[in-house]
Amino acid sequence: MANTVRALEERGLGATQRRDAWWLQPVAVAAGLGAFVIYSTWAALQGNNYEWGPYLSPFYSPLLGKDWWPFSPAFLILWAPAGFRATCYYYRKAYYRAFFADPPACAVGEIAEHRYCGETKFPFILQNMHRFFFYVALLLLVFLWHDAYKSFFFENGIGIGLGSLVLTANASLLSFYTLGCHSLRHFVGGKLDTFQVGGNCTMRHSCWKGVTRLNEHHMLWAWCSLVMVGFADFYVRMLASGIFTDLRLL
Amino acid sequence: MSEMVIRVSHGTTEKMEEKTYKVPVGPGMVVLDAIHYIQSHFAPDLAVRWNCKAAKCGSCSAEVNGKPKLMCKSRMDAYDQNEELVVHPIKTFPRIKDLVTDVSWNYRVNKTITPFTPPKGNFGKMYQADMDRVQEFRKCIECFLCQSVCHVLRNHEKHEEFAGPRFFVRIASLEMHPLDEASRIKFLKEEGGLGYCNITKCCSEVCPEDIHITDNAIIPLKERVVDEYYDPVQKIFRIFSGK
Amino acid sequence: MESYETHEHDVLVIGAGGAGLRAAIEAASQGVSVGVVCKSLLGKAHTVMAEGGVAAAMANVDKSDNWQTHFKDTMAGGKMLNNWRMAQIHAQQAPDRIHELEQWGALFDRTPTGDILQRAFGGHTCKRLCHVGDRTGLELIRTLQDRVVQIGMPVYMECTATHLFKDGGRIAGVLAYWRETGKFVLYKAKAIILATGGTGKAFVITSNSWEYTGDGFGMAYQAGAQLMDMEFVQFHPTGMVWPPGVRGILVTEAVRGEGGQLKNSKGERFMERYDPKRMELSTRDQVARAIYTEVKEGRGSPHGGVFLSVTHLNAEAVKKKLPSMYHQLKDFADVDITKEPMEVGPTTHYIMGGIRVEAETTASTVPGLYAAGETAAGMHGANRLGGNSLSDLLVFGRLSGHHAAQFAKQNSGAVKINEDEVRRAAQEVLAPFDRTSGPTPYELHEKLQEFMQAKVGIMRIESDIKEALVEIQDLKKKLTTVRVSGSRMFNPGWHLAYDLKNLLTSAEAIARAALMRQESRGAHTRLDHPKTDPEWGKVNHVISKDGDAMKVAQSPLPQMPDELKKLFEETK
Repeated sequence: MANTVRALEERGLGATQRRDAWWLQPVAVAAGLGAFVIYSTWAALQGNNYEWGPYLSPFYSPLLGKDWWPFSPAFLILWAPAGFRATCYYYRKAYYRAFFADPPACAVGEIAEHRYCGETKFPFILQNMHRFFFYVALLLLVFLWHDAYKSFFFENGIGIGLGSLVLTANASLLSFYTLGCHSLRHFVGGKLDTFQVGGNCTMRHSCWKGVTRLNEHHMLWAWCSLVMVGFADFYVRMLASGIFTDLRLL
Repeated sequence: MSEMVIRVSHGTTEKMEEKTYKVPVGPGMVVLDAIHYIQSHFAPDLAVRWNCKAAKCGSCSAEVNGKPKLMCKSRMDAYDQNEELVVHPIKTFPRIKDLVTDVSWNYRVNKTITPFTPPKGNFGKMYQADMDRVQEFRKCIECFLCQSVCHVLRNHEKHEEFAGPRFFVRIASLEMHPLDEASRIKFLKEEGGLGYCNITKCCSEVCPEDIHITDNAIIPLKERVVDEYYDPVQKIFRIFSGK
Repeated sequence: MESYETHEHDVLVIGAGGAGLRAAIEAASQGVSVGVVCKSLLGKAHTVMAEGGVAAAMANVDKSDNWQTHFKDTMAGGKMLNNWRMAQIHAQQAPDRIHELEQWGALFDRTPTGDILQRAFGGHTCKRLCHVGDRTGLELIRTLQDRVVQIGMPVYMECTATHLFKDGGRIAGVLAYWRETGKFVLYKAKAIILATGGTGKAFVITSNSWEYTGDGFGMAYQAGAQLMDMEFVQFHPTGMVWPPGVRGILVTEAVRGEGGQLKNSKGERFMERYDPKRMELSTRDQVARAIYTEVKEGRGSPHGGVFLSVTHLNAEAVKKKLPSMYHQLKDFADVDITKEPMEVGPTTHYIMGGIRVEAETTASTVPGLYAAGETAAGMHGANRLGGNSLSDLLVFGRLSGHHAAQFAKQNSGAVKINEDEVRRAAQEVLAPFDRTSGPTPYELHEKLQEFMQAKVGIMRIESDIKEALVEIQDLKKKLTTVRVSGSRMFNPGWHLAYDLKNLLTSAEAIARAALMRQESRGAHTRLDHPKTDPEWGKVNHVISKDGDAMKVAQSPLPQMPDELKKLFEETK
């Protein structure tokens, strides 16, 4: 009944016995992240067309250094969200897999014989700084909500433009992403061994549960907010450069 | 009743070979049933580890079509009936024979973890809110699929410096236990090698108990390590608060 | 013979389930050297499959609960055939054993006020089962396992014990082989605790794992210990019946404890006709018989079971309280239990009988040999209540550890094992390799399971049992011609070949005792003697080795003292 074949040794990049399209996910992630990085770098380099009417591109918010900063004002801001996302526990997974192939997918071989230090050595040991980027990201959220609020006040009075909705959606999605941060989850309750129900930590338990609910979909919020923030800049840029006209809904 | 061809890896580390068998497939049949069929009809000495056949003991770990799985939980009808099904032992541990691997490394690692350390005397009450978090970790059935798939062990063979997801889950269950008073943070950073984990989440993907290993155990532990070792603000705060 | 390794301990525990580990912990606390031998990896023993909970009269939910009530429930569930003293010790000590687990890190589900939550279960008049969702056994074994690792005693994993040896009259050691290499290992010990579980693998439809081959029964019997009450095999009423691959896998009683309803194909809650007072939460023997009858009379489900439904309960609550059932049914049977009923039928689950032991010490009739858990008889009588098994493991596991350690201390002289006996035993284990023709162990096992299920199963009749006994004798003969192929390294065929010996001993004991008991009581139902006869309620069946033959004798049931008898009169 039995016939015999030699087994293959599973070594080297992409070596696996998996038969499903395991490469699809890393390729899609690489394409998505790559496209965003290219667009956002380009948009940040422009240094213009970031404002139209009551709208301000989130790449340039808060608008700083207009008077003294010789380069695009985006660079005064973008390091923070870039750092926040680069050290984010979700994105780490995404780009370690997609860009570093470490591993490319589960139970799939890696580039043979490379030295692996994980997050124990420079530069990846800096991932431990995630919480500090979170603090800044939280601060930026305040400005973004302020921008969203302002976007309803046109020169001719209060109204709703498509841009108002875009900026509001952007602030909302970024909030869902930021407030679902693993570091925040740690601060509000994760660091406690007991919530002392009925005692002084009940409030923290509720907060922790709330953050946990957002955190469960951290990947979803990461992608939605990423696409939205890019689109918000794109929309404002198109308005400012006169290619689009804002759709006034009210 | 339809038939399916199964290719099973036989042998020891020194000498291994694959053999193919034709196995009848009935409704609801799982890969472990097929292995048992092969045992009783073709290869009575085919070695396989199994106990409960109900996904409760975590013995029958193997790699089915290249994916780490419990054989008792892998339905045959989930695979293409016209293609060969390939069953190999889990890869990260040395093979003893056929589908059985030597997982004793895990038991050695387990011994190095500081055990549960409650306060002296009778303790008071415990609340479900505190239970929920830890009970998730206590669902672990020690199938070691997470250990097998983790690339730090599988590809980089850091067995000497890295405890692996299973034991991060166990440490999380102790660290977050409302009554435990010991700290394993230093162990995590040093002997446990938590920093080697680059949170690529394969452990969570293969967990048959659906424990969110990365999000609920490893990352919270990483944050606790940051508190202790990488957060200057907390350090200053600790100096002033005297904690 | 080939050389073999030897280890020496004061107390050797065979079996690393709940009882074995609890015994090992207790023995080690007495300062003696302890070793644990187990057939599987540590933490995989059958205890992990216990689901619903562990019974202890803690009165956290039902304030009226106390040990007396628990004692009464246990005796009533066992149809008064229990060893009263064991039932009493069990009911009295169970709460302490639970608290102890908590001190070792176990995390039971809680009441809103922070106590251990308790749920209702069949045959228990109060809400009494401490639980962790529906994976209580896993919590229990992991806690004990962690404790064993903490204490740091040698655990000889994947090592199968085959023969007990005596020195004069007392126990002296055990021969075992490593499953991995097939090499022999001899353990010398002053006291041995058998915690090897039951013998469910003698039946086709069973919730038990491959390990359940009656090793403890077989070895103890061969060593001259007595077995008792072997006719009482519990058929759990709710095992899965479809698909065939998972037939027999347990659907926890907690499903009914949480409010699940049993219905036949006509949609009737048929338990109304069998036990209108307790309905689904009747004892397991009654529910199993009721399901059997419904199916037999043509009111079964499409695959020969009945329906168990929780669809009337809140879906989220079901997922929270019965998570592994939700996943088990979804993964294996494509049934979403929050929306559709499950199909269930009786499955071999537990044996109330086992090695005859002293109630207070768990000592068998062989000096130095102890038994605890499912391996021991007496505690559960004719039928075990759900949840009483886990508490039994803890209570009697601890007692056996304590008394075995005491025995080892009091009899500290070195034990000697006769080399010739060891050689003969090793030869017996290896014999199947020498044969080139003969049946395979798988064929014999299949045959045994089939006729035990059909003839000594849930409903028994004299002619069937007699036929089964003929078949057992036939299989015993065939076993001496069984052949295995391959090497000694991790060879499941060979392992099964030796396990069959113990399975056959257990099966024979079950059949002989079942033939002798001409009444229906608890889990033992005789179609030719359907009534419960008070006269039979006064005796236990004691099985022992008489030359090459198996002897069954009657032994009067120990009488409980008047103050306990009064407990039963009060309720009447």
